[in-house]
Amino acid sequence: MKEIINLPVQSIEEEEYHINMGPQHPSTHGVLRLVVTLQGEIVKKLQPHCGYIHRGIEKMCEKDTYQQIIHLTDRMDYLSAHINNHAVCLLVEGALEVEVPERVKYIRTILDELNRIASHQLWWSSFGMDLGGLTCFFYGLRDREHILDIFEESFGSRLLHSYYTPGGLMRDVHPNFQKRVKDFLKYNRKKIKDYDRILSGNVIFLERSKGVGVLSKELAINYGVTGPSGRGSGWACDIRKKHPYAMYDKVEFREVLRHEGDTYSRYMVRIDEMRESMNIIEQLIDNIPEGDFSAKMKPIIRLPEGEYYQCVESARGELGIYCISDGNKNPVRMKFRTPSFVNLGVLDKISREMKIADLVAIGASLDLVIPDIDR
Amino acid sequence: MAFNIYDFTSFTQSIDQALYEWLPPFWALLVEMTIIGLVFLLFYAIVGLFLVYAERKVCAFMQNRVGPNRVGPYGVFQTIADFIKLLMKELVYIKNSDKLLFNIAPFIVIIASFMAIAAIPFAKGLHAIDFDIGIMYVIAVTSLGVIGVLLAGWSSNNKYSLIGAMRSGAQIISYELSVGLSLLTIIVLAGTMQFSQVVEMQSTGWFIFKGHIPAFIAFVIFLIASTAETNRGPFDLAEAESELTAGFHTEYSGIKFAFFFLAEYMNMFIVASIAATVFLGGWMPFHIYGWEGFNHVMDFIPPLVWYFGKTAFVIWLMMWFKWTFPRLRIDQLLTLEWKYLLPINLVNILIMAFIVLMGWHF
Repeated sequence: MKEIINLPVQSIEEEEYHINMGPQHPSTHGVLRLVVTLQGEIVKKLQPHCGYIHRGIEKMCEKDTYQQIIHLTDRMDYLSAHINNHAVCLLVEGALEVEVPERVKYIRTILDELNRIASHQLWWSSFGMDLGGLTCFFYGLRDREHILDIFEESFGSRLLHSYYTPGGLMRDVHPNFQKRVKDFLKYNRKKIKDYDRILSGNVIFLERSKGVGVLSKELAINYGVTGPSGRGSGWACDIRKKHPYAMYDKVEFREVLRHEGDTYSRYMVRIDEMRESMNIIEQLIDNIPEGDFSAKMKPIIRLPEGEYYQCVESARGELGIYCISDGNKNPVRMKFRTPSFVNLGVLDKISREMKIADLVAIGASLDLVIPDIDR
Repeated sequence: MAFNIYDFTSFTQSIDQALYEWLPPFWALLVEMTIIGLVFLLFYAIVGLFLVYAERKVCAFMQNRVGPNRVGPYGVFQTIADFIKLLMKELVYIKNSDKLLFNIAPFIVIIASFMAIAAIPFAKGLHAIDFDIGIMYVIAVTSLGVIGVLLAGWSSNNKYSLIGAMRSGAQIISYELSVGLSLLTIIVLAGTMQFSQVVEMQSTGWFIFKGHIPAFIAFVIFLIASTAETNRGPFDLAEAESELTAGFHTEYSGIKFAFFFLAEYMNMFIVASIAATVFLGGWMPFHIYGWEGFNHVMDFIPPLVWYFGKTAFVIWLMMWFKWTFPRLRIDQLLTLEWKYLLPINLVNILIMAFIVLMGWHF
């Protein structure tokens, strides 16, 4: 046990030194600790140390009912809370073979995509800030606020919603929902152009991001780097296309792919994904059918004995839930395959021989959410 | 000329003469130096506080915010309140740091920026020392600040500080060249290094207009290079917040941090006023040749308004690109200087010399 706690200090060569980035550091966006071996300013090695915000969510799941588990999943990737909830709901619904009403599917898809836009906007803000463009931070947060207001109006919470329940939704959306979402889309189309003007087209930004931290397609597949980071390397790994759930097989959208694999392509994938998400919402928002907001479910859910796996496309990549049930009201084992944890693994590979400033840019372009790493 | 009514020469000279009549020369000089020192100290504090406030408002304006608006009307006393807070904060001493160098460093930085003010002409006759090598003096003195930054980074016993200091050293020493050479372009045109003469020569037209395209290129290069020299964004690699937490002043607290903070703003003020003096005519009003009525009206605007207006404009330019550009990387920063600015600058001087030789300037 002692050996696990006291991780061996990396061996260092001549003219090298360690630097601890984190757990308190402005660009790790949380309590991630990176032990970086530097030679001058060049990153030679990098060892992430996780666990500073470990809350034992997987263990807690073993004592909770499925309705309670939903509230825990919010706290993993707090920026795509709806999508995390969706994964648990789909798992339970799939295991019980419950058919959820059409209205629920529509609303869930719209909320998922709104959540994805909000998450990407926050990512864009902090990405700009990590590169030193402080103004980006305020632009992104300003626009994200509109989505949070829509959320707040419908179900009271802005960040950790726990709005989905197995079989449907907690309650129906607010009557204003459709109008406000449409207003937001109109507003956001204009603002995304601003994003391009202030950051995407900036000479300094292009210099800082092009050719930095190249993640080849092979490496992305080997390390299982999913989501926008994987798609930036040309790996078509979108769960919404591969294993469609909710309304994704009925809407038309493009899986954004770029092939360079550098920081810039990861950046552009996310910017384009925001546009695609808006296209998806536009196709759905006018056609939300009337009906129940939830299917009939038993108050205590018991999954039949067996093993289940459900994956969804969260804003960071593939969120997989693996669940073993023995027929009781709580699972025997619940394992989350969180995208940030898997994506972190590749950080060492792609940031070697880069400058420390590049490390910050690469880390930001992988879009890590620390509670998602530690669970 | 109408701006004679705003001439401070008789005012300052009468004080000077009165002092020399009452006191022996040594004491008169001492009293003069003390008065000027006190005036500049006060000026330094006011300008520093005002610039901090201005930057907060400008950046708030660019970022959809209101900025400070609680302490006093429009929040004007916010920076004073912050400064009092900084004064009262505990000074943290770092274990295993080099105490002497650690304590000296902020003073070196602030003295370097303080010394440069002396050479700047604020209006006709309002000029502490009129060196005949004024521009040279300013270039020499402003580069002293890097010693303080290097010492701060070295003595803090912190790796982030050390990286910041090393970056800052490489950066300031490189960009010094561009600052010097772009000013040299104007010296070629002016034929003098004395600030008062440089300003006097611009009574018929500012150098940025007089010197055709080379003067404009020199102005742009000076703006870029001086931003880099003052360690401000997008060249703020020495403190690169998202990479090095706070760079060379990570370990400083309280009043010592305030010194670094103030020195940054004062350096900005100094380079802006050099830009205003050398390129934009200093305290000279804006004149258009042949428009007598217009020129006459311009003359009635006091030179101090012209001087501070031009300086504020340059400062605003610097703030504008600080708040819109992302930060460069260290190798890109040096590439920009050595591969682009320096060659352009050298060619620019040749062109300027040619123009002056042929007499094509106005």
